[in-house]
Amino acid sequence: MKKVSSMLKVTLAAGASTMMAVGAMQAEEEKVKVGVLHSLSGTMAISETSLRDVLLFTFDEINSNGGVLGKQIEPVVVDGASDWPLFAEKAEQLLVQDKVAATFGCWTSVSRKSVLPVYEKYNGLLFYPVQYEGEEMSPNIFYTAEAVNQQAIPAVDFLLEEGYKKFYLIGTDYVYPQTTNLVLFEYLQSKGVPVENIGGGLRKDSAGAVISAGNYTPFGHSDFQQIVADIRKFASSGDACVINTINGDANVPFFKEFAASGLTSEDCPVVSFSLSEDEFRSLPSKDLVGHLGCWTYFMSIDSDANKKFIADFNAWLGKTNVPGIVKENRVTCSPMVLSYDGVYLWKAAVEKAGTFDPVKVMQALESGVSFDGPGGTVTSQSNHHLTKTVYIGETLENGQFSIIEEIKDVVGEPFLKGTFSK
Amino acid sequence: MNNRLLPFDTIGEKIALAVLAIFVVIFPLMNTLFPADSALHITTFQLSVWGKYLCYAVLAISLNFLWGYTGLLCLGQCLFFALGGYAFGMYLMLMIGDLGAYGTSLPDFMVFLGYSELPVHWKPFYNPWFAVFAAMWVPGLVAFVFGMLAFRSRIKGVYFSILTQALTYAAALLFFRNDFTFGGNNGFTDFKFIFGHDIREASVSRALFWASGFLLIGVYYLIAYLLKSKFGLVQRAIRDSENRVRFSGYSTTHYKVFIFVVSAMIAGLAGALYVPQAGIINPSEMWPTKGLDIVVWVAVGGRGSKFGPIIGAVLINLLKSYTTRVYPESWLIILGLVFLLVVLFMPNGVVGLWDQVKAWIQSRKADPPATVEPQLAVENES
Repeated sequence: MKKVSSMLKVTLAAGASTMMAVGAMQAEEEKVKVGVLHSLSGTMAISETSLRDVLLFTFDEINSNGGVLGKQIEPVVVDGASDWPLFAEKAEQLLVQDKVAATFGCWTSVSRKSVLPVYEKYNGLLFYPVQYEGEEMSPNIFYTAEAVNQQAIPAVDFLLEEGYKKFYLIGTDYVYPQTTNLVLFEYLQSKGVPVENIGGGLRKDSAGAVISAGNYTPFGHSDFQQIVADIRKFASSGDACVINTINGDANVPFFKEFAASGLTSEDCPVVSFSLSEDEFRSLPSKDLVGHLGCWTYFMSIDSDANKKFIADFNAWLGKTNVPGIVKENRVTCSPMVLSYDGVYLWKAAVEKAGTFDPVKVMQALESGVSFDGPGGTVTSQSNHHLTKTVYIGETLENGQFSIIEEIKDVVGEPFLKGTFSK
Repeated sequence: MNNRLLPFDTIGEKIALAVLAIFVVIFPLMNTLFPADSALHITTFQLSVWGKYLCYAVLAISLNFLWGYTGLLCLGQCLFFALGGYAFGMYLMLMIGDLGAYGTSLPDFMVFLGYSELPVHWKPFYNPWFAVFAAMWVPGLVAFVFGMLAFRSRIKGVYFSILTQALTYAAALLFFRNDFTFGGNNGFTDFKFIFGHDIREASVSRALFWASGFLLIGVYYLIAYLLKSKFGLVQRAIRDSENRVRFSGYSTTHYKVFIFVVSAMIAGLAGALYVPQAGIINPSEMWPTKGLDIVVWVAVGGRGSKFGPIIGAVLINLLKSYTTRVYPESWLIILGLVFLLVVLFMPNGVVGLWDQVKAWIQSRKADPPATVEPQLAVENES
């Protein structure tokens, strides 16, 4: 028995080195490798698999139109498996063994934080497509994502214009809601909203400075009775609204409780930043009708570019043979479109730089390249974020949004905390 | 004659250990001795991946010490691993200094959440040796308190397993909280320096690999030594029939608490070495599913054997690394099938395969057919 174990050790070591060598084989001349780093399994798979799908569609679309600099894109898809150390390992594998020219990936902030040192170590290039809290600007990451001032701030501006005077902040306890709400807390005060009209509670440090604003629940929280009662009291004056940064499926019990308490979008609208069309494939949208969403893309945008994008994506879904891909009832949403825009911006930057070298491509991006995407024109900025159009929409029964406001050319700004305080 | 300082059972075990030792010494040398274009060159990436496997192997050994030899199935071993990781991670966070996004001496997440100064319990972690020490005593202390409460109340079997799972779940929820001063969901990342060296240097990767490898060999030796001693006999007797041991006049509670604490400290050290190689520690490391992963490694490799957990941990994680790259759509199915096959057809895991094959060959030759003797006693009667 023990002899076998020693033999196994040797075979394992040998086997492993061959396995790893296979990945390191030279890329063929006429192809360029790019990485796709999303969770295809685990808790984040439900959101991230859609991004993998739209990325593969984009590569096929570009390839059939002649590729990038005459080279066909060869995607290397890996599974981050909602496992953050594994994200870092896969990122390093893509950079070291596959030598990818760029990577498109990550959804959660923690996965981005996990791979960030890897991209900086190897001077790689990562495109990050999902709304996030800002407070970060890595030289090796390009954030096609919505910054806080491209989602939360326009939404608050809209609500202020509509005449709402009281704002209740609620979110899941992690870094995106915490930061967004701290920024909003400062922003609302700068707009003349008194502290007592900002609901959800404040937490102060020993010196009396506010270190956390809003009401926080853990991931997957299900008991919102007390919080909704609190909101009801807060909203009894009739001029209140709720800023919701609750993550994922905890939204279902929240909105159920909200509706059950008799509150409607007429008395007290809820604006959510984490619920897009794709989430409504698995969440019931009935209790959300009339409440608001804010993104830089909605599937309901009435433009030729968007209609063509949706039609092409569905046509591609019909004929693709990616194992396990969902073909029916597919929708498009902002993170998907920002992934799509990211690939085209990368293409434009590569063509502008005349090379796939990540450093030169990043310089081209910093100098400003544009793409007319399904959500309107997006332009890269020197601070690694995008200038783009922000839309505010009202949730419909079928999980779509009807657009009620459009704010053109909003400049993405990652560092907002402290910029509004007097 | 029984040589107590060489507590090895067979010549095969000695050879296996020698192979392991040679691998541990040689592998990092291949990173520095061969040029980057050589076929024998090992990249720092491979070093860090294999370094992580070695840490997992230590973790699996620590669980096997509990489960395989004492009959205590702990589903919260990931908690001790993560606590060790957090302890050393605190040192690594402080070493970032003013290179963070805000250019202050506080870790980024503290600036982010508006802390004006470093919390008191963070201050000793400027000293790396304090951090290494904490990576042992913090998990040890948690195990001691929990063990005293659980074992004195004679909680065992499946109830003990459920409680350990609840413990790690509760701890994960606590660590997810942003006001718990450990970075909430994002945990610790973006480490820059370790012992004064840039963490990205190849020499650091080599040193971490060696440290992990020598920890593995050291822990292996410690466990082998304990198993050969009278202590080890009592330990296995507790596994096989705790009541009988207690009626023979041994305080099984004290034995079990001691074993639990040692196992937690080993897991903590593995975590401390894992974090600089993985580059991140966050509360999902103590999520109950991670605790189950470790159980699977030990079961696949062979519970209650000395080399089983090492083989199980390396094999499963190698397979995971490989399949998430080559079969990203179907790797979970592949891994699931492996588990099923092992559970159904290899009750003693990979290391038990040889005996099974031998028995099968004999049963073909001999008449009447012999059966495979189960190597392990079942869970102790409660």
